[in-house]
Amino acid sequence: MRRAWPGTNSRDPMPVFKAPLQGILGLAVLCALHAPALAADADAGAKIAAQGGAQGAAACVSCHGSQGEGGANFPPLAGQPAGYLQRQLEAMAANQRKSPIMGPLAKALTASEKADVAAYYARLALPVKPKQGALPTAKSSDGAWLVERGRWADGIPACAKCHGPGGAGVGQDFPAIGHLSASYMQSQVDAWKNQSRDAGPLGLMGAIAQKLTAKDIEDAAAYYQQLHSGSH
Amino acid sequence: MTTHSPDSTTTSESGNAGAILVLGIAALPLVLAVGGIIYSRPDKPAPMPAAAATPAPTLALQPTVFSPPAARDIPDSKMGEWIQRGEAIFTRTPENAVGFSGNSLSCTNCHVDAGRLKNAAPMWGAYPMYPAYRKKTDHVDTFAERVRGCFMYSMNGKAPADGHDLLVAIEAYAYWMASKAPLGEKLPGAGFVKVAKPAQAPTFDAGQKVYAANCALCHGEQGQGQKSGGVTVFPALWGKDSYNWGAGMHEIDKAAGFIQSNMPYGLHNVLSDQQAWDVATFINSFERPQDPRFTGDVAQTRKQFHDSPYSNYGVEVNGKLLGKGL
Repeated sequence: MRRAWPGTNSRDPMPVFKAPLQGILGLAVLCALHAPALAADADAGAKIAAQGGAQGAAACVSCHGSQGEGGANFPPLAGQPAGYLQRQLEAMAANQRKSPIMGPLAKALTASEKADVAAYYARLALPVKPKQGALPTAKSSDGAWLVERGRWADGIPACAKCHGPGGAGVGQDFPAIGHLSASYMQSQVDAWKNQSRDAGPLGLMGAIAQKLTAKDIEDAAAYYQQLHSGSH
Repeated sequence: MTTHSPDSTTTSESGNAGAILVLGIAALPLVLAVGGIIYSRPDKPAPMPAAAATPAPTLALQPTVFSPPAARDIPDSKMGEWIQRGEAIFTRTPENAVGFSGNSLSCTNCHVDAGRLKNAAPMWGAYPMYPAYRKKTDHVDTFAERVRGCFMYSMNGKAPADGHDLLVAIEAYAYWMASKAPLGEKLPGAGFVKVAKPAQAPTFDAGQKVYAANCALCHGEQGQGQKSGGVTVFPALWGKDSYNWGAGMHEIDKAAGFIQSNMPYGLHNVLSDQQAWDVATFINSFERPQDPRFTGDVAQTRKQFHDSPYSNYGVEVNGKLLGKGL
C-alpha cells in the first residue's frame, strides 16, 4: 500500500519505501561506538590501578582506594559503567573535563590503558543497588521530590529519569550517583556551571546543572543516603 | 485560582486588581526563584541560573498557562487517597496496573511530569474536555472511556471495565489536577503542539540520523529502551514492549509534536520542525504490537482505522509491510 505526504504529488512514492542498507550499517557502527569496553582487558586494568601505567601514570588506588571506594576528596569508581569511566578519562586527557590532578594522569594513560582501567573499575561492585524509592507524598523531603519526580516547573527532570532507580546508573552512559557525597556532586555541578567540565552526552547534564541549587544537591544526596541505608 | 490573564500570575487573593498587577510583577523573580508557582517554562531552552536577573516585565507579558494544584498539595483525605492512587498508577503504571498494563510504559512517559507539563497532553488540559465525540470511537466518550483507550493502545494492555477502581483513581487524579480549570475550553498547553509541516517530506533516512544523534543515547539503537533493576528508565519506542498500532503516538504528526516539545529531557525544543517530523517518521516505521481492532486483514484494518497520511500502518517501509503486529 502506498501513501502520500499531504501537499505532495500522491503518485510520488514516499522515500521511506527505500530499503536503507546503509541505515542498518549505521546502527551497527553506532552499536560498536557504544560498547567501548568490549576489547578492554579488565585484568590489565587491575594491574594499572594497583601499580600505575606503563607511561608513568600513578596507581589509581593511592587516591581512589584499594577497591575503588573513593576517599574524602576523591570520588568512588567501583561499579561505574566502563563507557562512562573511559569517556571521563578521555575528557580529562583532552582537558574537556578540567582536573589539575587527573588531567596529567589521564594524559599519561594510553588509549588501551584507559579502556582497561575503565573495564576493571566497572567490574567491581557498585555500593548501591537499583532500589526504587517510594513515590513522594506531601510529607516527603525535598530530596525525595527532586530525585523521584523532578522539578519540571524549572525544567528539571527527576534524577531517577536518567540515573535510574536508586541512582544506580543506567547503561554505559548514565553513571551511578546514588552513592556520591554531596560535596563531590556539588563540585561537579560547579564545574558544569563554570564550564570546566564538558556538558556530557547531548549536553544533558550540563544544561540541568545550570538549574540546580546548592540545596538541591544536599537534598538529593541526603535522600539517596537515606534510601540506601534502608531507613527510608 | 485560575491564571488566564497576564495580571493574575500570583496567588494573591486581594481584590485590588491594580495592586495585584504591581505586586505580581515585583514578586515574579521571587516566585520563580522559590521554585515556580507559575507553571510554565520558557519556550526555548536557556540556562536560567539567576532567575532574579530575568527582566520581570517580559515574563509578565508571556501568555499564562493554567496552574494545576501543586503536586505536593494532594489533600489529606479519603478523596486524597484516591487521587494519590491515581498518581501512582499514572507514574508507575506497570507495577500499579497489573493485568491491564501490557508493556513497560507508564502514562507519565508521554504525559510528562505525572501529567502536569504543558504541551505533553497534561491531565488539566484533557479532563475538562470530556465527554467528547471522538472519530476514533465514533461515540461520545467519557473521560474514563478515553482512559480505557490508553490501556488498550498505548499500554498495549486490557481496558479496565467501566467503573473499575483503576479508572476511578485515574479520573480522581485528573479531576483534582483540573481543579478550577474552565470546562470545555482548550487551554494553552493542552494536548501536543502541532508542528508546522516541514519543507521537505520526512524520510526514514533523515529520521535515522536525527535518532542516532539525539535519541539512541537513552532509547537504544534498536528503540528498545533501557531498564535498571527491573524498572523501565527509558521506554521502548517500537517493538514488542512499546505502544501498539492503535495508539495515537504511532501517528507521525502527534509524535512529532510530542518529541519536539519534550525530548530529550531537560533540552526541550531543540529539534527543528523538519527534524521532529523526520524522527517521528523513523520511530513509527518499525513493527510494533497489532492494533487490537485488527480485522484479520492489514489492508482492511488500515482502510477502516488508519486511512491517514500520518500512519504507517499497512504501509510498506524498507521492503516490509508494516502492520503485521508482533
